[in-house]
Amino acid sequence: MGTPSATGGHPAPLPDRSAGAGYIQHAPGYVHNDGPKLITGRFVHEDSFTLERSVATGGYEGLRAALEMTPAAVHDEVRSATLLGRGGAGFPAGVKWGFLPPGKHPYYLVVNGDESEPGTYKDRLLMERDPHQLIEGCLIACYALGLQQCFLYVRGEMAVAQERIAAALNEAYEAGYVGRGICGTDFSVDIVMAWGAGAYIVGEETALIESLEGRRGMPRLKPPYFPAAVGLYGQPTIVNNVETLSNLPWLMVNGADAYKGHGSESSPGTRMFAVSGHLRRPGVYEVEHGVTTFRELIYGDNFCQGIRDGHELKMFIPGGGSAPWFFPEHLDLPLEARPVGAAGSMLGSGAIVIMDDTTDAVKAAWRVVKFFARESCGKCTPCREGTTWLEQILRRILDGEGRPSDIDLLLDIGDNISPGPYPAAAHNGQEAVPFPPRQTTICPLGPSAVAPVVSTIRRFRHEYESKITRRDPIPIEVAVAGAGR
Amino acid sequence: MTLSPANEALAAEIISWFPRPRSALIPLLHLAQEQDGYLTDDAMRRVGELVGATPAEVKGTAGFYEMFRFEPVGTYLVNVCTNISCLLWGGEELLEHACESLEVEVGGTTDDGMFTVEEAECIAACTEAPCLQVNYRYRGRVTPADFDGLVEDLRAGRTGIAGHGVLAQVRQSVPAERLAGVFPPEQAREAPVWLARNEAEAVG
Repeated sequence: MGTPSATGGHPAPLPDRSAGAGYIQHAPGYVHNDGPKLITGRFVHEDSFTLERSVATGGYEGLRAALEMTPAAVHDEVRSATLLGRGGAGFPAGVKWGFLPPGKHPYYLVVNGDESEPGTYKDRLLMERDPHQLIEGCLIACYALGLQQCFLYVRGEMAVAQERIAAALNEAYEAGYVGRGICGTDFSVDIVMAWGAGAYIVGEETALIESLEGRRGMPRLKPPYFPAAVGLYGQPTIVNNVETLSNLPWLMVNGADAYKGHGSESSPGTRMFAVSGHLRRPGVYEVEHGVTTFRELIYGDNFCQGIRDGHELKMFIPGGGSAPWFFPEHLDLPLEARPVGAAGSMLGSGAIVIMDDTTDAVKAAWRVVKFFARESCGKCTPCREGTTWLEQILRRILDGEGRPSDIDLLLDIGDNISPGPYPAAAHNGQEAVPFPPRQTTICPLGPSAVAPVVSTIRRFRHEYESKITRRDPIPIEVAVAGAGR
Repeated sequence: MTLSPANEALAAEIISWFPRPRSALIPLLHLAQEQDGYLTDDAMRRVGELVGATPAEVKGTAGFYEMFRFEPVGTYLVNVCTNISCLLWGGEELLEHACESLEVEVGGTTDDGMFTVEEAECIAACTEAPCLQVNYRYRGRVTPADFDGLVEDLRAGRTGIAGHGVLAQVRQSVPAERLAGVFPPEQAREAPVWLARNEAEAVG
């Protein structure tokens, strides 16, 4: 406290957006701009979260369409739409579903609503503003895969989302959309809301399953890599992100071909991006996947309208706190997994954080690392110790206690958590997330803490050096030799 | 205190929705925290009995999750975000202002027991930086003056925000006749009827 912040004081007030075009008072943060709206279409209605509004605007039509088809045909439709998972790894949902071993019932569906990646918030809006769309998505998945039980796990801190989902489930049960004999058919599913209690790591799918089993939310040892093999109660389990499932109603009503009419060939559809930081119009936008570039998103009139007045872009985080950072030369990359991966980062959870020229790179990196140090579950030593070391060394550099060897020490610790060239993705081809991951830990939390450190040291080493005022301590052998003379 | 009769009934209902009782542990701990404002040893012991966990397992699990408290906190838990997006818009200064104006350290509670101020990690309102939560209810783009106004409103009971421990004010509630049926996995080995029917039709 009392030290200058990254912005050097309290910011000038943001422009008043209450009168701005498309700004919706009831969903602060969401900006309803021009462009196709596959999953946020209902957000313009104040009562978008009610069953009445949902049904009046096509709600549960996707479910009805699915019920007309065979489960296998629904699965094929999702597979052919190449619906990519929206949680962070970008794995195709239809392929993930295909990992369920035949005949090993019961299967479970777990909805990952534990959104807590720094900079990310789209799932919260989807849960608060359109819970029926999510429920409908769950039902379509359950029908396709032969699941009778779905758990909707909401982050503990999201009280309003919990309220809206509970109310929506109550309405849906009463109206016959959930529970026994859905829409008068023999399709029956129970959807139960569960909720967390404050732990970022629970967003990792095996940790989420542990938490849902009533235990400490620590990731499970891998392999098996996918809970589709061994998941909840040891049974085959599909864990899908809120936004992924929210795409299914539109997909079933309009079909895979229409879905592929949006976005690019390898990344069809739309995606929600939360764009925050030093912008004129920060917001959560539904964007065509794969065709829009970072530049359009940050500077376009239809989107964030540029960096705040009088400043320029210094750096940005392209995919949530875990992603390696990008700089102005990356602005023309499209919002698509492969090119972003090849350039050395990832789109991750759709969270873009923009930092202008007033931002202290070391301070900003420290802040992200501090998050991972706090949230490390402690299961793997390289992460538990390494993230804490990284945080403490960055802190001492900021406090003017840093030593010249600290920069190499930071890189060395990073190498112990994520060995080899960093980020590994850029060195092994085109994939956004290297698989199997190059890490000495079970889950990617530890390597995530390396991202801001390596990114900022590579680019802004001089900022680190300018903060380092002390000398390295005299090595012990030199000190001892000196004492002996 | 242990669980009230009304909460015992709620607890039984919540347990009935899960294939294994232990899965209800976290929801039941929230129920206990809602009742008392924090987790008492008695309540944790009772929750353990209900879900088949020892007191040590209950406390060991609860201790992993930041929202569970073993000591009373203020009526209003104020979580000020200082993570990256909020840092860029003055989250640290807001936290500093909160502590100074309420005369507490980070993590401390005011003498009257009204407010506890904590530093929060990203609470998913990044475009509304700097943001905070009061008992997990959002306020965005908070200036120091806004903060002072909020404190005044909270003291006067003008916000409608319930005391610490209360999360969702609507509960899921499923009429027994609408429930498809929840069974432990070993009693649900058959393929669901609609899947079996479709597979049979495909073969036929």
